[in-house]
Amino acid sequence: MLSDDLKSMFDRVIARYPLKRSAIVPLLLFAQDELGYISDEAIEEIARRVEVPPIEVVEDIGYYSMLHRHPIGKYNFQVCTNVSCQLLGGEEILAHCSKRLGIGHKQTTSDGQFSLEEVECLGACCGAPAMQVNYDFYENLTPERVDRLIEELKANGRAR
Amino acid sequence: MSDYQSYMKGSPLEVKVISARFGLPNSTSIDTFVAHDGYKGLAKAFQMGPEGVINEMKNSQLRGRGGAGFNTGLKWSFVPKQTDKPKYVVCNADESEPATCKDRPLMEYDPHQLIEGIVIAGYAIGAHQGYIYIRGEYRYLMDILDRAIAEAYARGYLGKNIQGSGFDFELCTHTGAGAYECGEETALLNSLEGLRGYPRVKPPFPAVVGVYGCPTIINNVETLCNVPHIVLKGAEWFAGLGTPKNGGTRLFCLSGHISRPGVYELPMGFPLRKMIEEVGGGIPRGKKLKSVIPGGSSCPLLSADEIDVPMDFDSLAKIGSMLGSGGVVMIDEDTCMVKVAQRIMKFYAHESCGWCIPCREGTAWLKALLDRLHGGGGLADDPDTALDASYNILGKSLCPLGDAAAMPTISIVNKFRSEFDEHVRLGACPYAGRGSGFGARGWGAA
Ligand SMILES: Cc1cc2nc3c(=O)[nH]c(=O)nc-3n(C[C@H](O)[C@H](O)[C@H](O)COP(=O)(O)O)c2cc1C
Ligand code: SF4
Ligand code: FES
Repeated sequence: MLSDDLKSMFDRVIARYPLKRSAIVPLLLFAQDELGYISDEAIEEIARRVEVPPIEVVEDIGYYSMLHRHPIGKYNFQVCTNVSCQLLGGEEILAHCSKRLGIGHKQTTSDGQFSLEEVECLGACCGAPAMQVNYDFYENLTPERVDRLIEELKANGRAR
Repeated sequence: MSDYQSYMKGSPLEVKVISARFGLPNSTSIDTFVAHDGYKGLAKAFQMGPEGVINEMKNSQLRGRGGAGFNTGLKWSFVPKQTDKPKYVVCNADESEPATCKDRPLMEYDPHQLIEGIVIAGYAIGAHQGYIYIRGEYRYLMDILDRAIAEAYARGYLGKNIQGSGFDFELCTHTGAGAYECGEETALLNSLEGLRGYPRVKPPFPAVVGVYGCPTIINNVETLCNVPHIVLKGAEWFAGLGTPKNGGTRLFCLSGHISRPGVYELPMGFPLRKMIEEVGGGIPRGKKLKSVIPGGSSCPLLSADEIDVPMDFDSLAKIGSMLGSGGVVMIDEDTCMVKVAQRIMKFYAHESCGWCIPCREGTAWLKALLDRLHGGGGLADDPDTALDASYNILGKSLCPLGDAAAMPTISIVNKFRSEFDEHVRLGACPYAGRGSGFGARGWGAA
């Protein structure tokens, strides 16, 4: 179920554009932020509100790499291995995360807590090697910092 | 949030125009902004009139900071004056060119500067609506901008009859959701219309037929942040900061093998060698420099003997490269250039939107070839084949992403050919175990 807050946000966002379908990508991302993924119900609701067939919404989901149709971990580790990060050990960070979490690229731990993804440049190149956990940036990473972060998330958690 | 200390280390060689307010307490608030010349450029623009603003922009020699370096005032002058259609200003905050992280501090530390620039741009071309297209990963920046926009509305710097001028302007943020190609201006327009981010054929150019089929100017965040300063202090002052035809300063993002990585505001035309040695503190661990990416991963790479060059658009073009997006990456002697080429191609193969065949097939094919070469399974003529395939993408694709994949590859194969041949001869990577990785900056495994 989509919350009332989300639905009223949908109305506000759609009103920003002369063409309703302009709101599709923002609405998908906002729905995903609340639900953790994009459900069939969200697709139907968004399509109805922006007045396009649901298939056009589904086509967009396939194009944008941040959008996903299935639940992923509560904490999504997105490790950059692009060139600035690569030069300072981005690939080693990715391998370390993979080892520590026991999952590979685009996989989720069986308890649903963690997902891992190798991503392209995050715009954090001067803090390389860098990653995002959900929307939070973590920069100047070392394997030890990654370990501490995983422990902290396990112990204290953080709101999505 | 980004760590201010880590990005803004500062250097006595900086000339601060657009980063001048970054370090102020509460730098994102409208009160701080107004107390430090904020929205004064807008007031002056209303006195100058739209034509006056466009002329000032042209004379300032401000060139687009998104990568292509087109004269901003000239671009604005292409917007038709007589038209019944609404016009739009779109700010490109997609910042996805690998090695580029300069729009981020501009939005994080001084959001009102960007808003002021957008409103002036709207006034100059007669637009009444603006959108800031932000990459989806920059959610915290969208929140900062949304708050700043709300403040600007509350104080009458956005909305109806701005500051009693009779000019109306609406502004909001718009989020992408992960796609490098959406930074290309026509793909961005499609994305803004709720479509997949495939580029459009040019002409018509967006200034004439842009979003919703209406005249639209698209400018990078940094470009627009310069606008209030040009209006306030004049074209002559701005042009004088840089080199001929390259006005102003630029935010350079120093990354890779450099002692003091960070974002530094330096005059256009600042010498690259000095940037590396004095601003960035040189290459860590006493290593020698091997190569430099001068402006994001789409630019041809420079070898270490090409760094005596002023960092402006024309000087970089003269030596066969590009100033690009301001992302300057230092690469040290321990680095395998085949691996660098492979990683760069992996990016373009992943981001190719698949619309045209030379780019879609060529990047995937080159990625496989470079994987094989780096893995030690390359054939003697693979380096030539890589060049051949790159030349078959260059100039043959619909949007510049194809060229962006080909150009760095061609430069790396040509300038570091012996490393490719060495991989073939040894059947393995000669740099294995030597690489830099952690510890490259000294803090490494701490
Ligand atoms: C594949 C590709 C990606 C691009 N990404 C960006 C980007 O992230 N940000 C940006 O400002 N310009 C980007 N550009 C350049 C834009 O197409 C356009 O030239 C720019 O936004 C114009 O603004 P400017 O004149 O102020 O630079 C990209 C171009 C290409 C071909
Ligand atoms: S050059 Fe590449 S990214 Fe550009 S339209 Fe063609 S396939 Fe798409
Ligand atoms: S290259 Fe990793 S954040 Fe830019």
